[in-house]
Amino acid sequence: METLEQIKSRITHALPGARIEIIPNDSPAGQRSLLVDADHGAAIAQFLRDDPELRLDYCSNATGVDWPEAVVKTKIKKQVIVEGVEKEIEETLETLRSGCLETVYHLYSMAKKHGPVILRLRTENRSDKNHLPSLTPVWRSCEFQEREIFDLYGIVFDGHPDLRRILMWEGFVDHPMRKDYVGPDDYDYEPTPHDDVLEKTKQHQAAEVKA
Amino acid sequence: MLPKDAGDGESLEVAMGPHHPSTHGVFRMDVVLDGERVVKLKPVFGYLHRNHEKIAEGTTYLAAMPYTDRLDYFCSLTNNWAYALAVEKLAGLQVPERAEYIRVITAELTRLQNHACLIGFLAQDMGASGTPLMYAFREREKILDLFEALSGARMMCNYMRFGGCRCDLPDGWLTQAQTVVAEFPRFIDEFENFLTGNEILMSRTQGIGRMSRELAINAGITGPLLRAAGVDYDLRKVDKYGIYDRFQFRVPLGDHGDTFDRYMIRILEMRESVKILEQALPKIPAGPIVDPKTKLRGFRPKAGEAYGRIEAPKGELGFYLISDGGPNPYRYRVRPPSLINLTVLEDICLGQMIADVVVILGSVDIVLGEVDR
Repeated sequence: METLEQIKSRITHALPGARIEIIPNDSPAGQRSLLVDADHGAAIAQFLRDDPELRLDYCSNATGVDWPEAVVKTKIKKQVIVEGVEKEIEETLETLRSGCLETVYHLYSMAKKHGPVILRLRTENRSDKNHLPSLTPVWRSCEFQEREIFDLYGIVFDGHPDLRRILMWEGFVDHPMRKDYVGPDDYDYEPTPHDDVLEKTKQHQAAEVKA
Repeated sequence: MLPKDAGDGESLEVAMGPHHPSTHGVFRMDVVLDGERVVKLKPVFGYLHRNHEKIAEGTTYLAAMPYTDRLDYFCSLTNNWAYALAVEKLAGLQVPERAEYIRVITAELTRLQNHACLIGFLAQDMGASGTPLMYAFREREKILDLFEALSGARMMCNYMRFGGCRCDLPDGWLTQAQTVVAEFPRFIDEFENFLTGNEILMSRTQGIGRMSRELAINAGITGPLLRAAGVDYDLRKVDKYGIYDRFQFRVPLGDHGDTFDRYMIRILEMRESVKILEQALPKIPAGPIVDPKTKLRGFRPKAGEAYGRIEAPKGELGFYLISDGGPNPYRYRVRPPSLINLTVLEDICLGQMIADVVVILGSVDIVLGEVDR
């Protein structure tokens, strides 16, 4: 199979204006991925599926990842001259990473038996700008998986034929797979509520009375 | 859920499930019928949802291993293997040869008992009450006895570890396994004598629930369903994970993509699994069963991500892991074959009789522990 660099240059050639970035992977698996912009997401997916060289006709896995706002520490090595002697010291750089929600698609080819090519799309933020294009029109296998991402992460897929909650029930409010999700504390409906559960319930009910 | 033009008073909406013997668990199909023909079908699930992924993200890598048993509780050993494979990719661990052999042997035994039971359940769905299923369970017991001797548990085996397996084979296990494998073809023949040429089975399955090749590929269908539709895609051949490249076996393919082909593929796959076992059992080498350099406690893979997948009896089972260098996975994702194989349930049921929906669902082979996670 072609390298990611070749795929990237062919996509930018076929779809001018598409912004693509190669995300490195430091683990021994070495599966690097392509971060593509949301506006061209569907067109790039279409290209990857229909291109005669790649023919990525099979989307194996579609999933979401939550990246809350965080301070990322990166260590860099620096040569410093201390009292005339050259020394290597480590410096920690702190950068603020803005929060986003991400979808990851693992693409394979059943016709050519190669893969994976990993596609990532990111939302602008985690609250109001949480829309991404749906890839279900390209690969039907995303249908239930994108519903699951919508359900558990709260990414809204534009162009999805049937976007409803899938695992949680209709009327459930939050998105349980997000990193800042707080679980319910009214467990008194448990068949055998015990010590700390009862304690939590008591606090929960007290808060409700105040409200 | 009734279609908007259903004002003729002829359409009937039926909720099959969540408690219905045909659904193999707590699973609901909202079916709209015109007479006895299906005009619309929506699967509803989530009754067994416990957010497996969230729980696994809150514990260490190792602590998620016994929990993978509960996904597809018929095939705990293949679930273990898929997870171990993903972690091994993430951390770059090597598996010793003996452990690789044990993995292949246990995975193929798992496939044998899964397919045997599936056919038993399928016959049960067609009205053959009990008897074929009990024949399958009789064989399954022998394999579960092997699992019990190996891991201490019949179904929740929790046997594989990152970079190998938990414990070595007990004395006499290999001879016992060889006897079970040697007797298995006789059971398949017996089963086939009763079922394959059976007129009722043929009329209930042939031409029922057809799935086209193109739809199967596009909808990400994997496992026996995909191969019944005629697509040659078996991860044991494509990825050659583990040591599958050392064994001679064929990938059976169907050409109609109907329920009968799905039944037949399972019979043929059992025969191929027996072939693999016959090759693997005598060749198993001595040696360590786990990479001595593997750390079980304080295991922290380097930051990065990995996707590992295997050919589980129900289809492609994948695990996607992101590590941030901590003791627990930052992202832990299961790619459940049962859930994704249900994507086309509506497509293959449309226009069929309601009684056939039961048979079609039986041939898809779902386990709700994995669908809902």
